[in-house]
Amino acid sequence: MRYVKPESFEAAATLLRDETGISRILAGGTDVLVQLKAEMVEPDLMVDLKHLPGMREIVAEDGGFRIGAAVSGAELGEHDAVKAMWPGVVEGVELIGSSQVQSRATMAGNLCTGSPAGDAVPAMVTAEAVARVHGPDGVRDVPVVDIPTGPGKNSLSKGEFITSIYLPARPAHAGDAYLRFIPRTEMDIAVSSAAVSLALDEDGTVTSARVAVGAVAPTVRLVKDAGAALVGSKLDDAAIAAMVHAVEAACSPITDKRGTIEFRTKTAGVLAKRAALIAYGRAGGQL
Amino acid sequence: MKTIPVATTINGDETEFLCHTDESLLDVLRDRLGLTGAKEGCGTGDCGACSVMMNGRLVCSCLVLGVETEGAEIETIEGMAKGDTLHPLQRVFLEEAALQCGICTPGILVAAKALLEKNPDPTDTEVRYWLAGNLCRCTGYDKIIKAVQKAAAEMRAA
Repeated sequence: MRYVKPESFEAAATLLRDETGISRILAGGTDVLVQLKAEMVEPDLMVDLKHLPGMREIVAEDGGFRIGAAVSGAELGEHDAVKAMWPGVVEGVELIGSSQVQSRATMAGNLCTGSPAGDAVPAMVTAEAVARVHGPDGVRDVPVVDIPTGPGKNSLSKGEFITSIYLPARPAHAGDAYLRFIPRTEMDIAVSSAAVSLALDEDGTVTSARVAVGAVAPTVRLVKDAGAALVGSKLDDAAIAAMVHAVEAACSPITDKRGTIEFRTKTAGVLAKRAALIAYGRAGGQL
Repeated sequence: MKTIPVATTINGDETEFLCHTDESLLDVLRDRLGLTGAKEGCGTGDCGACSVMMNGRLVCSCLVLGVETEGAEIETIEGMAKGDTLHPLQRVFLEEAALQCGICTPGILVAAKALLEKNPDPTDTEVRYWLAGNLCRCTGYDKIIKAVQKAAAEMRAA
């Protein structure tokens, strides 16, 4: 395996494009090195990008924040301004792994690794986060929701990699939240999960809402009907029930050792409801 | 396979080593540098027995490549005692018998020290969450949590 720290994103893209064998990109390494150890993959080329400009920085931009692709969960969690603006995004990232894993794991890695249960992903989707992708043909911005395409798969083409994730400005009277179900209290993979981001008007009526669920489909799924069900309401029982119904209808999970189809579907709805209530409170709404 | 020279600082000492590109920091520490305090429990970042500090952050050394540590500052369990004087955490773990087989202990000590540097007065819940990535299959954890709290109290009083 060749280990390379390229001098620029352009050099990295060229290197990855021209590699005829198996290549992997090293950011936090918390998935890649596990795959190496398990001999699930034997890369010919490992490209380390952590040292490149902006990769480890969190920068304010147009009222939001640009998070470098190598910023660790611990670093993100220590950034008070990001946490204040997008608490649901940060709490999702902070749920990944142990203290040790938090020192290394990144939200970009969590996104690219393509797990349907990735804890960082649902709240990025509801935040309308945008991934900046560098590649052999230049730079493009891709909505986070369009990156994962299936378990372990993403939409990036050969030579492409994420260099940062942009969390847009949050409107006034808005909040988000992320919840997952695991059978223990820490260090586990979501059996199901849900994120909600919503904005209110002055009197607490929902003006826009986005709901995303994890671990209940091949990818994290944005449930547009569920968000729409909340708009115009103050989260009354009927609006919540309609949202839960839309969430359940959007679930197409598998049954495995961690949960059945029925259990995952049911809990995704419950988590979406609870996350909506938390997000509503964070947005300043009074129930 | 070709080896690559890496220059790093381990427990304050400038250290150079050669390693293969696919070797973990844990393998480098144990097999090339003779620092066998960090243990391999799982090799996949689940058990925390290989915990070390890298640039001031707690990491599983099994999830770091040796070649990634170029220019890094590494602290291992071997650097925790000052000469013959044990760190309060080490001493209290012995006094309180917060270990049985001892395999997890170096990792737990490194992790607990990192916690107390960040948060000198944690709640039991905070200690338990912080150490959730350090598995112990002997003690049932109670003695570990109590020892961390006792050492923390001592360190606050010092």
